[in-house]
Amino acid sequence: MFSNFLIWFVIVPIIMMAGLACCGNSNMKAIRAVMVTCSTILLAMAIYLVYDFLQLRAAGNTDEMLYTGSWMWYAPLNIHLAVGVDGISVLMLLLSAIIVFAGTFASWKIDPLPKNFFLWFALLSTGVFGFFISIDMFTMFMFYEVALIPMYLLIGVWGTGRKEYSAMKLTLMLMGGSAFLMLGLLGIYWHSSADSSALTWNILEISKNGAIPAGWQNLLFCFTFVGFGVLGAMFPFHTWSPDGHACAPTAVSMLHAGVLMKLGGYGCFRIAIYLLPAAATELAWIFIILTGISIVYGAFSACVQTDLKYINAYSSVSHCGMVLFAILMLNRTAMTGGILQMLSHGLMTALFFALIGMIYGRTHTRDIREMGGMMKIMPYLGVCYMIAGFASLGLPGLSGFVAEMTIFFGSFEHADWFHRGFVIAATTSIVITAVYILRVVGKLILGPVQNEHHLQLTDASWWERLSTATLIICLAGIGFFPQWINETIQQSFTPIINALNSVM
Amino acid sequence: MGNTLPILVLAIPFVMFLILGLGGVKMGRKLAGTLGILANGALAVVAYIIAFTYFFSGDPAFIDAEGVRQQLEVFDVTWLAFTDRLVVNIGFILDPIAAMMLVVITTISFMVHLYSWGYMEHEPGFQRYYAFLSLFTFSMLGLVVATNIFQMYIFWELVGVSSYLLIGFFYKLPSAVAASKKAFIVTRFADLFMLIGILVLSYYVAQTPADGPLGTASAFNFSMLNANAQSVLASTAGATFLGGSVLTWAMVLIFAGGMGKSAMMPLHIWLPDAMEGPTPVSALIHAATMVVAGVYLVARFFPVFGVVPNSMVFITVVGAITAFYAAVVACAQIDIKRVLAFSTISQIAFMMVALGCSYNQLVVHEGHTVLGYMSGMFHLFTHAMFKALLFLGAGCLIHAVHSNNYTEMGGLRKYMPICHITFLIGCLAIAGIWPFSGFFSKDEMITAMFNCNSFLGWWMTMVAGLTAFYMFRLYYLIFWWEENPKYKEHGHKPHDASWQMSLPLIILAAVSCVAGFIPFGEYVTFDGKPYTIHIQTSVAVRSLVVALLAIGLATLMYAKKNPLPEKVKNFWPALWTAAHRRFYWDEIYQFVTHRVIFNIICRSIAWFDRHIIDGTMNALAAVTQWTSLKIRGLQSGCVQAYVIWYFLGAVALAAITWVCLL
Amino acid sequence: MNLTMLCYLVPSLIMFAAGVYGFCTRKNMIALLISLELMLNAADLNFVVFNRFLFPGSMEGMFFTIFAIAIAAAETAVAIAIIINIYREVKNTDINSVKQMKF
Repeated sequence: MFSNFLIWFVIVPIIMMAGLACCGNSNMKAIRAVMVTCSTILLAMAIYLVYDFLQLRAAGNTDEMLYTGSWMWYAPLNIHLAVGVDGISVLMLLLSAIIVFAGTFASWKIDPLPKNFFLWFALLSTGVFGFFISIDMFTMFMFYEVALIPMYLLIGVWGTGRKEYSAMKLTLMLMGGSAFLMLGLLGIYWHSSADSSALTWNILEISKNGAIPAGWQNLLFCFTFVGFGVLGAMFPFHTWSPDGHACAPTAVSMLHAGVLMKLGGYGCFRIAIYLLPAAATELAWIFIILTGISIVYGAFSACVQTDLKYINAYSSVSHCGMVLFAILMLNRTAMTGGILQMLSHGLMTALFFALIGMIYGRTHTRDIREMGGMMKIMPYLGVCYMIAGFASLGLPGLSGFVAEMTIFFGSFEHADWFHRGFVIAATTSIVITAVYILRVVGKLILGPVQNEHHLQLTDASWWERLSTATLIICLAGIGFFPQWINETIQQSFTPIINALNSVM
Repeated sequence: MGNTLPILVLAIPFVMFLILGLGGVKMGRKLAGTLGILANGALAVVAYIIAFTYFFSGDPAFIDAEGVRQQLEVFDVTWLAFTDRLVVNIGFILDPIAAMMLVVITTISFMVHLYSWGYMEHEPGFQRYYAFLSLFTFSMLGLVVATNIFQMYIFWELVGVSSYLLIGFFYKLPSAVAASKKAFIVTRFADLFMLIGILVLSYYVAQTPADGPLGTASAFNFSMLNANAQSVLASTAGATFLGGSVLTWAMVLIFAGGMGKSAMMPLHIWLPDAMEGPTPVSALIHAATMVVAGVYLVARFFPVFGVVPNSMVFITVVGAITAFYAAVVACAQIDIKRVLAFSTISQIAFMMVALGCSYNQLVVHEGHTVLGYMSGMFHLFTHAMFKALLFLGAGCLIHAVHSNNYTEMGGLRKYMPICHITFLIGCLAIAGIWPFSGFFSKDEMITAMFNCNSFLGWWMTMVAGLTAFYMFRLYYLIFWWEENPKYKEHGHKPHDASWQMSLPLIILAAVSCVAGFIPFGEYVTFDGKPYTIHIQTSVAVRSLVVALLAIGLATLMYAKKNPLPEKVKNFWPALWTAAHRRFYWDEIYQFVTHRVIFNIICRSIAWFDRHIIDGTMNALAAVTQWTSLKIRGLQSGCVQAYVIWYFLGAVALAAITWVCLL
Repeated sequence: MNLTMLCYLVPSLIMFAAGVYGFCTRKNMIALLISLELMLNAADLNFVVFNRFLFPGSMEGMFFTIFAIAIAAAETAVAIAIIINIYREVKNTDINSVKQMKF
């Protein structure tokens, strides 16, 4: 079992938790040492995994999932701990590792109870990594829940503002989604095989069996898509996101918007669309309407917010709406764009929340009306904020542009007016995004200094620079050289496209 | 010519941007400025070598045996492949207009780099300024050498953001921040249409069979699309939208992107405000290079625009209206940079009309050189030179009197002779007086317009007259009129600027004097064949007479301080105010964006989210809580109540059992 | 006079109903205990009667009744002990004074 490389993505965070548990309660040095070591190891592992994966693919390995392994966990229900990755999961693992790494540095001075914070943080990472390596629906669901629960405490204890309310709202809404999801997954399990003695949770086997009757598919598709859609901030189930993000501490916002929301999108295509292709083709239109609304609605809402975190939370609603929208287009290009958007949004929003946390840590306000001229006071953070903003509004050379264009060009391959109308509506978001991003940049970063006291504030420290620079380099990396990622993702969609083609 | 020089053209400014952007803070001003200027000088040399090689080497790759100039893709590498047919390449196209633009951009950019050394001397953020200039130069060069429409779109966005950064260079001024925001958002809005246009066009092109005339090339590729314009038209055959063919819609939408960048009505509102940026930036971006991107786009895609005549009519009409509107508004501005800005809008519209009106030549005399195309490009070239000159001159003036308004100037000819002479040359050039460069290019354009439609010809001749009038109004009010008493109050008299600032003026003035004699038709024509420019006497005389009359009128009104202008203004004050306020376009936009979109749409959506969506969730929670509180009431702790409930329950069960069993 | 089963069951029912009524209405815990005893005895009576009339050959009903009487005695002792303890706390034997035990 331990010879499988993937399983170490779960073991390392567990070791990290064990290490943290051994640290003294306020021994910051030891805590930081453990966190930095383990998150660096994770990042190195993820980079190596991507490299090795591409090598294997280049060597002609065309298996759907690589590094597979499966160990029986609970025989009566045929639950396995089954792992395996394709190009998409590999990239998602890399994204998670980057954000865990950046998040560690962004919460360098967390207060109070640093040890407990990092313990929960590590548990959350365990869940996230576990989710992306699983190919068994049950363990996938389990890791999903493992990632959700720490959110409650992380927001409720270390948050700001109406933190108890937000933590409760977030947890309850996501749990509500999980309830739908559990129903959907159970339904898929009971129909996973024509032979009732060989029921399975394994995604690959279920897809191969293709035994789910069409009528059931429609119901289960709605359950699973809504279940994952709640986490993907789909309208009208997005309302946990603004409050949750606004109250969460920096690193948690980063991890949540950067990775956790991606669990939703990932689950949507890996389970809802891959396993239920007939229903996906039939019912996609309902969710295209909802996600289409998300895109425009989130962008318009962001235009009038005055709290920095609310602006980015609504912007996330818009961008994550784009992810699900693209996935629902059910063709290779658009879905590739959806994954690119996940990566791009993950990095960009993590950067945004990191910066907002850093600014808030200095000014103790997040109201844009009370701040101004940050470029003069803290030029490094100001420049980073502008770069994040440009990534968000889709400037070529940063990742957002690549993702959005892939989505638009892919989605436009549908020749009917329903799809085209929604694509054109979605494209308007690039203008609205520009409006709200530039509004914030104009008020917060540029312009005259609003508050004399802010003049004494300091610019970024080395750990903050490290955290933001990592993310910016990744954003620019995807923006400049998108083709290798694009190819990797496109290849990985082959099984899903085949499944869809078989029912069309 | 290998790949080295073309790659250098893109690499030099980009590397300079990175060096100055990342390391600028650590460098001194002198080092950063010198680096920027040297790099740009090197860039200009490289561009000249490329252009020279292309035009004069006689290499069969560039000009074939019959003397037709070729279009070639020096390199074209895959950047992102959406599908097999929708492949985005980054490449370097070399043809007459690209070579011409390389020269224009690098020349003006170099002039501006040099000029800024003096102009921005005391500004904080000097290094950042040079970094942004490099970024802009990179983006603009990438735009003109684009081998495909998507590459052009990429760099189109990049020039937009460079423009944003440079307009907002004085970021502590709220007005500069607002202007930069406006410029970015208005052009972004236009780019949205362009994106939709590209989506539509590429969709239909990519749908054609691989063995068809469009082959398997990328659906974005300019050369392929231009060479097979009729097949592109055929690919959309039958598809219509609201009564127009889809290709017409696509081309009009793509042109809408050009309308945004080139400040055509009704998307012109950002350009006058963009004058908040440093003046050299206005000269580079908002006069000579970026704003002609729309013209360049039309020229680049000319054959495809040509197969859908309605799109050409659209371009002509938009251009003609904009040219007139901007000229009228320019007559009533006080800020000298705004006058120049509106003059730029008007002149770009001139080029648009010249391109747009050539469609019937294209259709009627197929294979014949398109006069409008050649003259539009010629005017682009000459205009870039003299408009940059005028802006740089305006920069000297602003530097000298510390104000943008001509009311603070007057009688400056004695104090600033170099600026005066060069500015006069610029004015004569833009007014179209022989032998300055503007005369030749404008004459060709107006000839092309008369060929198309005599009403259009007269209309544009009138605009040319207006141009001469407002430029000389400006000239007289700055340099003549009466000496402003404030010079004496200030203690130090205005004087000519340092050599770094004067040298570009002199160079550009010299170019404006002689550029008209360049046999432009030999080099840049639509089909690559040389075309000999003939001055058509009737048109030339007509426009010269109109221009001279307009200058005479301006002399009468503004040469010396007199009450005539006030009288004219009071003749119909409402008109003057309306023109001064730019016919209220800004107010209309302000109303639509702030009152309607921001206040009504955004606020109501935010309200809906807070109160309806969130309210539903909170209501759900509240109902749950209420229910549980009520149910909790049953658990009263009162034993007797339990017994009663138990008893009633037992009775009810018994009753149900009884009813069911019997 | 022929004693039918009904002759026993009706008084038993009345006893039981009286017990229920008393349990629901009285406030004094001792009275509640008495009501409880009444219900218990009504049930015991039914055991005996049904055993005697329906299964004359067997004795389980009788034994069960004796068993129940013994348990009832023990239960009463416990109940009285509880009541005394409550009385020490709250100085009365009102059933409504011990509502706090709901949580």
